[in-house]
Amino acid sequence: MFKNIAFLLFFVSQFIYSQETIKGIVTDENNQPLLGANLFWFNTAIGTTTDENGNFTIKKSPETTFLVVSYIGFETKKIEITSNTISVVLKEVNTLKEVTITKTKKGTEHSLYKVQNVQVMGQKELLKAACCNLSESFSTNPSIDVNFSDAVTGNRQIKMLGLTSPYILIAEENIPSVRGASQAYGLSFVPGTWVESIQITKGAGSVINGYESISGQINYEVLKPSNDIPFFLNAYASQDERYEINTHFNNKFSDKLSSTLFLHGNTRVGKNDMNDDGFLDGPIGKQVNILNRWQYNDAENGIVSFLNVRYMNDEKQAGEMDFNPDTDRLTMNAWGSEINTEKIEISNKTGYVFPDMPYQSFGFQNSFQSHKQDSYFGLSQYDIQQKSFYSNLLFNSIINNTKNKFTTGLNFTYDDYNEFVAVNFSRDFSRIDNSVGAFFEYTYDNTDNFSLVAGARVDNHNRLGTFITPRLHIRYNPWKEAVIRASAGRGKRAANIFAENQQLFASNRSFSILNTDGKLYGLNPEIAWNYGLSFIQKFKLAGKDAEVILDYYRTDFQNQAVVDVDHSPQEVLFYNLDGNSFANSFQAEFSIDLMTHLTFKTAYKYYDVQTQFTRGQLEKALQAKHRVFGNLAYETHIKDKGQQWKFDVTYNWLGEQRLPYTQSNPVQYRLDEYAPAFGTLNAQITRTFSSTFEVYVGGENMTNYKQMNGIVQNENPFGTYFDSSMIYAPTFGAMYYAGLRFKIKDKKENHKIEELVPVEEETHNH
Amino acid sequence: MKRIVLFVLACLFSLTMVAQEKKSKNKKVEFKVAGNCGMCEKRIEKAAYSVKGVKNAEWHSDHGDIHLVIDETKCSAEDVAKAIAAVGHDTGSVKAQDSVYDKLHGCCLYERMK
Repeated sequence: MFKNIAFLLFFVSQFIYSQETIKGIVTDENNQPLLGANLFWFNTAIGTTTDENGNFTIKKSPETTFLVVSYIGFETKKIEITSNTISVVLKEVNTLKEVTITKTKKGTEHSLYKVQNVQVMGQKELLKAACCNLSESFSTNPSIDVNFSDAVTGNRQIKMLGLTSPYILIAEENIPSVRGASQAYGLSFVPGTWVESIQITKGAGSVINGYESISGQINYEVLKPSNDIPFFLNAYASQDERYEINTHFNNKFSDKLSSTLFLHGNTRVGKNDMNDDGFLDGPIGKQVNILNRWQYNDAENGIVSFLNVRYMNDEKQAGEMDFNPDTDRLTMNAWGSEINTEKIEISNKTGYVFPDMPYQSFGFQNSFQSHKQDSYFGLSQYDIQQKSFYSNLLFNSIINNTKNKFTTGLNFTYDDYNEFVAVNFSRDFSRIDNSVGAFFEYTYDNTDNFSLVAGARVDNHNRLGTFITPRLHIRYNPWKEAVIRASAGRGKRAANIFAENQQLFASNRSFSILNTDGKLYGLNPEIAWNYGLSFIQKFKLAGKDAEVILDYYRTDFQNQAVVDVDHSPQEVLFYNLDGNSFANSFQAEFSIDLMTHLTFKTAYKYYDVQTQFTRGQLEKALQAKHRVFGNLAYETHIKDKGQQWKFDVTYNWLGEQRLPYTQSNPVQYRLDEYAPAFGTLNAQITRTFSSTFEVYVGGENMTNYKQMNGIVQNENPFGTYFDSSMIYAPTFGAMYYAGLRFKIKDKKENHKIEELVPVEEETHNH
Repeated sequence: MKRIVLFVLACLFSLTMVAQEKKSKNKKVEFKVAGNCGMCEKRIEKAAYSVKGVKNAEWHSDHGDIHLVIDETKCSAEDVAKAIAAVGHDTGSVKAQDSVYDKLHGCCLYERMK
């Protein structure tokens, strides 16, 4: 009996025992048993291994039902055990997952998916033109033409779609920055090393930043303290004795608060006269430019805030070689000019993203700027001070879902101008302008091949009146790797006729404003419509990545503050447009990655810019009808320590340009009707020794093309015919420069990171 | 008196019930959706957006999760999963019909979920 009971007990215990043991087999995907695979209960030390047939037994655990199975070279599995026999199939680790696909980032990116025709110039593109400020950053970009505005100040003016910079809205992080008094020299007050990227939008642009843009928008982003490197140094010197130094000091106080101090100084000491006209080819002078930028980032609560405090002082002296400002200022001893500018700026922008609604946010931007320019040109004087306040409140959200987004908001602009002009007349044009506006912009995106942005704003301006600014952008991807964009929009602006045309002060032209009944110097506001069509196709040509871009834009002025230098070589007239004024521009661009790290880009540009002047419907003076651009960029593979060579060559060819009318002058003071075509060649070589140190050398206008007759009646600058505003080419000739960059990086940063970015995130095709 | 107390308690109780059942208008949801490529992404997101109440839908091909923001008063995650399965993509909870799956583009023939 006892035996029986014992047997029974044994049986029962056996039964219980069998309940508590798991049996199984571990195999790979091809059903091959795995020898020595590890098995253990999750979060315990109880485990076993498989035998040569892949079999195992393991006691059940009281703590968990999860079993972890692992084997070297295979993915580890965690499985819940619900039965007593199991078979585990382990997947071999897919080694492909370990490969990081990288793509060398292009200097300038053209998006196939953004609604607006935006191109982004990144750091890499900006470094191609090492010198020195924003006005010189565009020399490698075919969409922006850099001109030579006058022989005296050496200031460079930019053009887009055949229209000069006043028709472009230039903004610093979406706060309009180069406007009003700073229109002529503003771009040269932004050191190139401060800039993180530039977005160039052709055509009407968004309504969010205002109503002033007509031919396009240029927005530049300044380096962000939160991801900047601790220290940066750039030093530059050139043959014309221009020296520049930039230092950035970054400090991250916590993971939320960071700050960068940007210090810039430049000095131009060389008195050069390469075209032997008795005048300096470029101004001498100095600039101090300080920016302290603070960033507060609180990702958890969705808050980002920036505070910028900036001070800039720039002094320029130009004119005859022997001009001495101390003794000759505003006298006829010698012709000279001084332009002194002081700028103070405080701006803040704060963004708030709703934590549970990533698509809903508020933005608030405020900026106070004071811009003061005191200047004289020979016997003429021009002083302007602009104190302005800009405020913009934005709200972004969705309608139903993120396919339908909108941005709406209010903005306020206040400009207090103190302007004094002494030319053939002396007059005080001081005034106060203010405007209040409300905008609404709707964005539709079908998440596939179509999107549109439709925006409108209503503004009330004390001089422009109450008006509506509509803008529309459409994007459509008709097939793979292609995009068609269309845009239309209206722009309206108050022309600052003196501030925008300062090059004319360096002449003996008499100034006259023919209209008197308007509210802006007697003139009416400028109003223009811009229409555009753009097509991009990316493709493979003999296995190489290539891209074709075709753009056509037309700007039609309903009213324009016409600046007429053709009526007479002794006069400049300002009057309201009476007739047609338009700018047609066509651009065809082709680029190809000839081999790894070797990119070729070329563009042809056609401009037909005409205005009704007193002399008739004329082509815009100093505007080449045909332009050709070519750029070749090569870089070697980055070695382990960051060593690299970079080569960059840019060629620009400008067709003949109409020159202002001079036929009534005595023969020796006449210019040809058209300036000859010419080409310029820029090149730069950068040698990176390590991820923290590099040097560069370069040359501008290496073909040494010079305009010899840049100044009419240069021998007697107080004579009737003196004029230095008719500049169509460089006056200095070839110019060479060299410089270095030194960085101190955060320890954890990998030097390769900035060069390598993941393949384009938007994988809209399969 | 007792009645009133009961009544008040009942009211409070029902209120808390309501509070508990209050549905978020911006509920973040994520679940697995099987798929391979950019074409799949478009199809999956399009299906998600077709459900009324879906405010944002982003599917990530690298880890196969769809991130949704939905208005729970108008739809549920299950509704979205059904809509996605209806166009041929398996989700954690709802599987696609074989007939629909078979008609997908060649590059979209993902590994079926078990």
